[in-house]
Amino acid sequence: MLPYIMKRFVSMIITLWLIVTVTFFLMHSVPGSPFDRDGKALPAAVEKNLMALYQLDKPLSVQYVSYLKSLVQFELGPSIIRAPETVNDMLGRSFPVSAKLGAVALTFAIIAGVALGVVAALRHNKLIDYVATVVSVIGIAVPSFVVAALLIKYMAVEWKLFPVATWGTWKHIVLPALALSFGPLAIIARFTRANMLDVLTQDYMETARAKGLAPWVIIVKHGLRNSLLPVITLVGALIANVLTGSFVIEKIFAIPGMGKYFVDSIYNRDYTVIMGTTVFYSILLIFMMFVVDVLYGIVDPRIKLHKKEG
Amino acid sequence: MAVSNDLFVQMNKEILHAEAIVRPKLSFWQGAWLRLRQNKLALGGMLIILVIAILALIGSSLTPYSYTEQKLLDSNQAPSAEHWFGTDELGRDVFARIWYGARISLFIGVMAALIDLCIGVIYGGLAGYLGGNTDNVMMRIADILYGIPYLLMVILLMVVMGPGLDTIIIALSATGWIGMARIVRGQVLQLKSSEYVLAARTLGAKVPYIIRKHLLPNTLGIIIVQVTFSVPTAIFAEAFLSFLGLGVQPPLASWGVMANDGIPSILSGHWWRLFFPAFFISLTMLAFNVLGDGLRDAFDPRQRR
Repeated sequence: MLPYIMKRFVSMIITLWLIVTVTFFLMHSVPGSPFDRDGKALPAAVEKNLMALYQLDKPLSVQYVSYLKSLVQFELGPSIIRAPETVNDMLGRSFPVSAKLGAVALTFAIIAGVALGVVAALRHNKLIDYVATVVSVIGIAVPSFVVAALLIKYMAVEWKLFPVATWGTWKHIVLPALALSFGPLAIIARFTRANMLDVLTQDYMETARAKGLAPWVIIVKHGLRNSLLPVITLVGALIANVLTGSFVIEKIFAIPGMGKYFVDSIYNRDYTVIMGTTVFYSILLIFMMFVVDVLYGIVDPRIKLHKKEG
Repeated sequence: MAVSNDLFVQMNKEILHAEAIVRPKLSFWQGAWLRLRQNKLALGGMLIILVIAILALIGSSLTPYSYTEQKLLDSNQAPSAEHWFGTDELGRDVFARIWYGARISLFIGVMAALIDLCIGVIYGGLAGYLGGNTDNVMMRIADILYGIPYLLMVILLMVVMGPGLDTIIIALSATGWIGMARIVRGQVLQLKSSEYVLAARTLGAKVPYIIRKHLLPNTLGIIIVQVTFSVPTAIFAEAFLSFLGLGVQPPLASWGVMANDGIPSILSGHWWRLFFPAFFISLTMLAFNVLGDGLRDAFDPRQRR
């Protein structure tokens, strides 16, 4: 197990370094200085001072090394538009909001998705199975901003059940979390249903029934356990899904989370913030995938055997 | 005991042919088409894609309006005999814009899928066929690229290169080819060590012959399925980029741009401005996904009966 974790860890570090490098050089290959606004150049002296302030006058290699150095200390740099605020300040303020929204959405997606998938498999080709198929098809085919717009229209404006936008009480979380969880929910339901159908035909299910176990014990202990293992591999992709989905959802619901800052920084061409946020997102995502991979190896004992053989 | 001739009966000659294959031989493609034809859902998806593609080509000539023509006096008209899908806030005919947008959206989807196809097949095929250390290094590189969050990289590229049709396609295929490469490489690796390829090689078949006759036909099914799935992915990603303001720029219009422009209209009651682009994005996604599922079942050799 340990060599496997080490191998994954090393490749994670290389991936991160690559992302940081690519991001850095991409950002610096943008023509013109970051202080050009709408084609209007700043007075030469002002620009020179600004360049010195952000260390943009040094050679690229020096900037790169100092960027890597500050990154190791987890300093993501200043914002050019919102100076003197730094990217760290912004992330410190917005990350808890996004994390809360993402956690609620992901939890809901996993619970509802697994439940829907299991029920659909148990009632194969019955009404609930078709309902589950329709839900998963809609979840995959309809863009999240359309779902969000519909939720606002009906749940908030027409029926006034929840607030239209912004952030605060638990009521504010419901609509964005629903909109955000719709896609992942559909993917989980589809995957769980397929796995469960597969597991239901296995011999050990027959054996369990022959032993006289109660139906729910068979389903939970033998069926669910075996059909959920592959679902864990999905979690990494789902976190990415929720993360990128949050750009759209936070923008629509005016939630002061990371996604909204990221989108705003794209609109404003605030390069240091774009760079800092991309790097932060990448670290978060890649670390999550690393954790999921390692967890999967621990949860599923068959993995270790495969590693030894290979 | 005397053995006489009448103890022997002449064997029924038909028994000799009992082992012969009765059913007509089916080629790989005929078999796949036969199975696909029985899948009503997949056929429906294919039909929808065909209709959308045809309408994308001729749809804008079905109305007298062009996608850019602004009539501010006729803004936000509900669907009527005059404007079939209504008009937007600048008085542009939504029907004309939908089919113009279909062209852009489908073009992005198909181009991105084709570029993925070319790079992915060559890269994956080479890695799989060469094997050994070359394969190791090539796949390690792909693995690391695969670890990079896809949409973040696309967004970053879009910010740097500036929005535009070509940059969208480049950005989408910059990371999109890896999935294809992995699949092709896996399949080639598996086929390369299969018995019939070994047999062909023992019989003295040349490398190009093996690639043409054994590797390519048996990989093509998976490749087609993967392409079917990457077209809607690209269309969806374009809609997402449009939402971030990184999509195609006016006067060009894609479904993503139109849906994004239509979002505020849901509160003002001009539902048609969001409904039609969102409907056609969803319909296309659905059609491609259903067709892809159907193709996968049709090409899967385990499904052969």
